[in-house]
Amino acid sequence: MKKMLVTLALAATATFGLGVVVAQAGTLDDVKAKGFIQCGVNTGLPGFGNPDSTGKYTGFDVDYCRAVAAAVFGDPEKVKYSPLDGTERFPALQSGEVDLLVRNTTWTMSRDTTLGFTFAGVNYYDGEGFMVRKSLGVKTVKELDGATICVQGGTDTVTGLADYFKKHALKYTPLVIDKLPDVNAAYDAGRCDALTTDRSGLAANRLQMKTPDDHMVLDEIISQEPLGPVVRNNDVQWFQIVKWVSNAMLDAEFLGVTQANVDDMKNSPDAAIDRLLGVGDNDFGKSIGLGKDWAYNVIKTVGNYSDVYDRNIGPKTPLGLERGVNAQWNAGGIQYGIPIL
Amino acid sequence: MSVTDAGRLNVSRDRWYNNPLYRSILLQVLVVAAVLGAGYWFTNNTITNLHDRGIASGFGFLSQRAGFDMVTFLNVTAESTYGYMILAGLVDTIAVSILSIVIATILGLIVGIARLSTNWLIRTIATVYVETLRNIPPLLVILFFYLGVLATLPDVKNAIQIAPGFSLSNRGLFMPAPVVGPNFHLVAIAFLVSLVIAFALRRWAFARRMRTGQTFPSGWAGLAIVVVVTGIAYVASGDPLTFDIPVKTRFNINGGWDLSPEFTSLFVALGVYTASFIAEIVRSGIMAVSHGQTEAAKALGLRGGPVLRLVVLPQALRVIIPPLSSEYLNITKNTSLALAIGFADLVAVGNNVLNPTGQSIEVVAIWMAFYLGLSILISIAMNAFNARIALTER
Repeated sequence: MKKMLVTLALAATATFGLGVVVAQAGTLDDVKAKGFIQCGVNTGLPGFGNPDSTGKYTGFDVDYCRAVAAAVFGDPEKVKYSPLDGTERFPALQSGEVDLLVRNTTWTMSRDTTLGFTFAGVNYYDGEGFMVRKSLGVKTVKELDGATICVQGGTDTVTGLADYFKKHALKYTPLVIDKLPDVNAAYDAGRCDALTTDRSGLAANRLQMKTPDDHMVLDEIISQEPLGPVVRNNDVQWFQIVKWVSNAMLDAEFLGVTQANVDDMKNSPDAAIDRLLGVGDNDFGKSIGLGKDWAYNVIKTVGNYSDVYDRNIGPKTPLGLERGVNAQWNAGGIQYGIPIL
Repeated sequence: MSVTDAGRLNVSRDRWYNNPLYRSILLQVLVVAAVLGAGYWFTNNTITNLHDRGIASGFGFLSQRAGFDMVTFLNVTAESTYGYMILAGLVDTIAVSILSIVIATILGLIVGIARLSTNWLIRTIATVYVETLRNIPPLLVILFFYLGVLATLPDVKNAIQIAPGFSLSNRGLFMPAPVVGPNFHLVAIAFLVSLVIAFALRRWAFARRMRTGQTFPSGWAGLAIVVVVTGIAYVASGDPLTFDIPVKTRFNINGGWDLSPEFTSLFVALGVYTASFIAEIVRSGIMAVSHGQTEAAKALGLRGGPVLRLVVLPQALRVIIPPLSSEYLNITKNTSLALAIGFADLVAVGNNVLNPTGQSIEVVAIWMAFYLGLSILISIAMNAFNARIALTER
């Protein structure tokens, strides 16, 4: 029903919006006027976007919403969250119900070109993986020939699954369910032999099983899933803000600026850090419509990339995801912040 | 003064725009033009705006390769088009609707009659059934059957063997699938011929009873004819039917026919749920038939069963049919709750088409058109039936 409403909202804005859409832009002004950012997040994916026991949203993706709020308002709390499922998320962004979508959304060409969106970077390099019962004795994906596989509908995981099994001439029976909790419940009840989704999600899903230790995540990854924040493509300024907040968090980690030491770093002799934190005459915030301390506020109140990673999904959290490919480029990974210069 | 006034009046009546006939035509043309114009403006504006935002529009995506798999009654693969996928979803929706309607009607009729039983126990059980089920949201009934009943069945390794080839597990009820041999058409012909004979026998028996009052067990005799004739043809044509027996593989049971837990829980849940409403409709229909009718029938010497079947129910139907139609419409629309349990109905398939194409307005339009079409079909059928059983005044 909610999906219907979101789509109707999209239909209504498209139908009644009088012609001159391109010029409407101005998300930053809208956001400043209403005093908060409306951010689309997952309905419940531990570590990425999940309400805690008090109903407050936390997670890796949620921290990106908070980082953008910190850059715009200097206050990461000025965010309101719209929990969205796989099929609701795109109409919600298209219709303007949310200003920003950070919901473990895979950057693909069709989404970038036909939905009216643009991706503002990659905050997590992911790939599609599988979870099975340990008792099955399965070690590789190819052994799943003939299995029933649970998968969430309205995601590109269904496509990745079909591609892989076709490529390797394997048979499978898909069980496509709309909501993630229902997918988990069906798998946990033994309705299917394996559950597939992004590797990062599997770690979270495993913890939601009745006995997590009975299940294991296979090592193999069968697809590329670069996840990142998404905005509408009709507002370059807003896109620049989200893109550079994302880069600033990576730059800060690379330059050794953390949430803990950011105040000390203001006195650093490193000119790159001065530019990042807006020390002295440096005012890079102006070019994206923000104050000079935009990145300082992000790092001070939310943290750099590794602060956010370690706090939500890192090795010390229940999810226990190693940095892997998401380490900085000079530490064996492929995360690379575009320099502020 | 008065003369000029009268002259003016005459003149104005001659004007075409004062003629009631022209006026009403003009008014209707204007209304139609306004509706069409508004429709054109809305559509054009939507397309222009979607285009300006770089959002794809139009129905061209329907002929593109879908690229994902689903399990439906029609055989679809990742190579099927989006259009065919949606068609498969529609077929699934229709299949579930028909089965649910059959179950709900039969069960509703039984429970509705039981509500009026003179037996305290039967009456109370029927009342508890109605009051419990109609006060629970249908989604919960579906989830109860799916997660509460069917998911508690054993896994494939420990599947319950009901009979050779028949097994029951949390993957569904598997049964042998008949495979038709080369001579099977002979058996089919024999079956049809025997049906015709049985039907003719029934007509003869009816005519004789009308004439002489003697009864003849035409039902049993007809059944015997069908079984014997078809059986002889089957043996004579040389065993033209074999069975594809489901085999247990490493993970699953493959081959044969299967009744998946998703499909089963959906049609059972919707059938059982809607039966509680239909029971009340049936009860009200029966109570609307004047008690004098029952008394008159009893005075003629008819017993309880025939009184109900021949006198009360035909009259009750006139009250039952109109509200029954709306229950059938509800069932059809409620099948969209399949979304929660992973049955590939129209909405579930549409969701998966909507994601890769991003064309939510088009997909929602298709949903609306198909549900509207199904509802109109049901309404037309039920109205036709209603017209047939309506009181014919002489």
